[in-house]
Amino acid sequence: MKKKVRIIPGFGLSMGVTLALLSLIVLIPLASLVVFTAKMSPSEIWEVITRKRVLASFEVSVLTAFIASAVNAVMGVILAWVLVRYDFPFKRLLDGMIELPFALPTAVAGISLTSLYADTGLMGRLFSKFGIKVAYTRLGIIVALIFIGIPFVVRSVQPVLEKLDPLYEEAAGMLGASRTRIFWKVILPELRPAIFTGFGLAFGRCLGEYGSVVFIAGNHPYETEITPLIIMSELQEYDYSSATAIALVMLAAAFLILFLVNLIQIHNSRILKGGH
Amino acid sequence: MKHRFSRFAALSLAVVLGASALTGCAAQPSDAATSGSYSIINVSYDPTRELYAAYNEAFKAHWESEHDSTVEITQSHGGSGKQALEVANGNPADVVTLALEYDVKAVEDAGLIEPGWVDEFPLDSSPYTSTIVFLVRKGNPKNILDWGDLVREDVGIITPNPKTSGGARWNYLAAWAWAQGEYNNDEAKVTEYIKQLYKNVLVLDSGARGATTSFVENGQGDVLLAWENEAFLSLQEYPDDYEIVTPSISILAQPSVAIVDSVVDQNGTREVATEYLNYLYSDEAQRIAGDNFYRPSNETILAEYADTFDLNINLVTINDFGGWDEAFAKHFADGALFDQIYEE
Amino acid sequence: MAKKDAQVSSREGTISIHEETRGARAVKYLLIGVSVLFLFVMLVLPLVTVIIESFKKGFGQYLNAVTDADTISATLLTLEATVIAVAINTVFGLFAAWAVTKFHFKGKKVLVTLIDLPVTVSPIIAGLIYVLTFGRQSAVYPFLSAHHLEVVYAVPGIILATVFVTFPFISREILPVLEAQGTDEEEAAAMMGASGLTIFRRITLPHIKWALLYGIVLCAARAMGEFGAVSVLSGHLRGKTVTLPLQVEILFGDNKFMQAFAVSSILVVLAVVILIIRSIVEYVGKEK
Repeated sequence: MKKKVRIIPGFGLSMGVTLALLSLIVLIPLASLVVFTAKMSPSEIWEVITRKRVLASFEVSVLTAFIASAVNAVMGVILAWVLVRYDFPFKRLLDGMIELPFALPTAVAGISLTSLYADTGLMGRLFSKFGIKVAYTRLGIIVALIFIGIPFVVRSVQPVLEKLDPLYEEAAGMLGASRTRIFWKVILPELRPAIFTGFGLAFGRCLGEYGSVVFIAGNHPYETEITPLIIMSELQEYDYSSATAIALVMLAAAFLILFLVNLIQIHNSRILKGGH
Repeated sequence: MKHRFSRFAALSLAVVLGASALTGCAAQPSDAATSGSYSIINVSYDPTRELYAAYNEAFKAHWESEHDSTVEITQSHGGSGKQALEVANGNPADVVTLALEYDVKAVEDAGLIEPGWVDEFPLDSSPYTSTIVFLVRKGNPKNILDWGDLVREDVGIITPNPKTSGGARWNYLAAWAWAQGEYNNDEAKVTEYIKQLYKNVLVLDSGARGATTSFVENGQGDVLLAWENEAFLSLQEYPDDYEIVTPSISILAQPSVAIVDSVVDQNGTREVATEYLNYLYSDEAQRIAGDNFYRPSNETILAEYADTFDLNINLVTINDFGGWDEAFAKHFADGALFDQIYEE
Repeated sequence: MAKKDAQVSSREGTISIHEETRGARAVKYLLIGVSVLFLFVMLVLPLVTVIIESFKKGFGQYLNAVTDADTISATLLTLEATVIAVAINTVFGLFAAWAVTKFHFKGKKVLVTLIDLPVTVSPIIAGLIYVLTFGRQSAVYPFLSAHHLEVVYAVPGIILATVFVTFPFISREILPVLEAQGTDEEEAAAMMGASGLTIFRRITLPHIKWALLYGIVLCAARAMGEFGAVSVLSGHLRGKTVTLPLQVEILFGDNKFMQAFAVSSILVVLAVVILIIRSIVEYVGKEK
């Protein structure tokens, strides 16, 4: 695969455009976050990001984002499976709907989910019969994050499943493996990188979600206060440096998650190519 | 190679220039003082939407009847603290009309408003005032009559977070003022009371309007700690569902108005902006405030609204707390009292 | 293409083998049922709530709400931001995908990660960084201000934020396809002396057509709905810097619930229209 000479033209041009736009839109603005945070000493930064309330918000954000992404990982595989392997009426409609959470403003999603899941709402009434309160608890945050994260796993698993060579399954089937065994031993390992990719993206997105969560969360300190809300409240107090310090932690987390995702994806693209 | 590189350089330059030209084209300098038409921006806080919608009409008519020029007013509303921050960061407001002096002070600290603005307009630059009352469900089923009832175990409270909502700081301070009287300034008992009160808070929304939504639309809680004008608006909308309870003691909420000096000087809008804020004190504007359930600061006109407002309520002011800087440092700063009551 | 067809037909073969057993059929219906239920509760119900609430006070009121002057200006601004964001991101996506997949260079993984970064950056932070970069506190503010260039709390800021949040959407869709396709065809063409543009038009573009279209659809959908970052940067100047999602926020703040949902329904309708157009184009294209 190693290339000595670049035969295909356009390296300089495409690299130039890519780097120019990337710097202008992403890197320079993000750098200003670092510049602002650098006005504080490391011990000050440490003091800010280890405040009890900030730590508690990390816990809330990570926990809810993780659970929501896990739910979406399971549902995403099922949905992708159903969309790729089965034929049934309105399948195209179902397929087309997956992206809708992207288009609906997060605030609208938050408000309509809150009115559905508050104990006076349609779903809320259902849950309250079992004594479960959804809106204004961590469960509510999870519901909002599930909504936000639906498309990620489905859309990363779907293409892999479409390209997956059925010969393996057939061979396994002919050798007498049961269907569940085939799924766990043959299909799932192939899908695993795609699932992790989707999970990682959803997780990253959910960690930072603000618009939908603030409406449904109840925003109790230590209980249902998410990290983006803390950043917002630091800003309200004109405390820029605290806000940027916490934002930087979140940014680092986002970068780390994505880097892992992209490592996994290298494996993924090998499957898409059809080779192993 | 060299050839290719120069082509790449030219193209990337073009992209960057194109992008900046795009930004440039879309930007419209807002100085409009040239053609006899003025355009000013009023950055305000959430609950004044209806007030300024009505006042802007009145002011437009007033200005245009006395001058040869026309005036357009653009409104912006949001949480008071957030709005102040945006002005400090470059939102080109000609005037700010915010929930509390502390927020206007933040704009002053950014160097946009000259010191001494508090005395620029009558009555500490607050043309209308309000206070904090309780909105309860019709018939007051939980029998909530005063601040003491709020810490009962069966009461669920809705109030916004004082750290993110300027208005909610008034709620907190009003409760504090009551407890101070109740417990003879025993700070430990007062703090314990506040702690109990916030334990009963079901939803700590980030802003005043969010809290109203939780209480009114989503049916959460038994009592909403609300701006008096917000409470009246909810009552107007749903007269059969709610009622207002005026506690024995509350706080005089004094929203502040100010001219953003650096912006009006750049835009040449000082005259119209000054008149805009001055006219808030006219009889016409004072009545508009009253009609929108703000207490007019003109005593005579306030008396006209004696049927609406409980004028006998005992009101403390922010000065009883030593002014905003002191109140903020003691109660709302990071790690201060409000943070402490949530610890453990 | 032929290879793909073979795959499809052999896949159908698999399905028919699988469908022979009754257990398999039970699993099929169970999984479809679970999927439909999940999407209904998590996706359809919130959207239906939006539509029901917007017609709560009748069609006339709905019409009034969506033809309100502020709503129309918000719609236009949203469309403007969306079109520009899609244009910039398409250019970027094509060049970036070309650079990443057709060449080998150091730091590729880092580059790809940086391109993807905006997806997982909190919208609040996305807005904040532009305020820090172009706002009063920044070093470039005196320059911008002297030239009457308003970025934050003006339309350019809104456009920048929209470009930011949708930045990787198109490149992400094209990348895997180009990666899978490899570089052999392009290399052959290049050796025969074809120019870069010709190679792109004749060889690469046909491969990535659908991925590109899909990316554009996603980008447009996400651009229209962006709330958090735009909210931080907009200043909420009515009729000037208010996009549809912000108009929804404002109407909620005004306690005009029905109107707020009515404006949200515009976004739902726009999104559905975009997704339908995509399906049609895809269908027509694949028929050919």
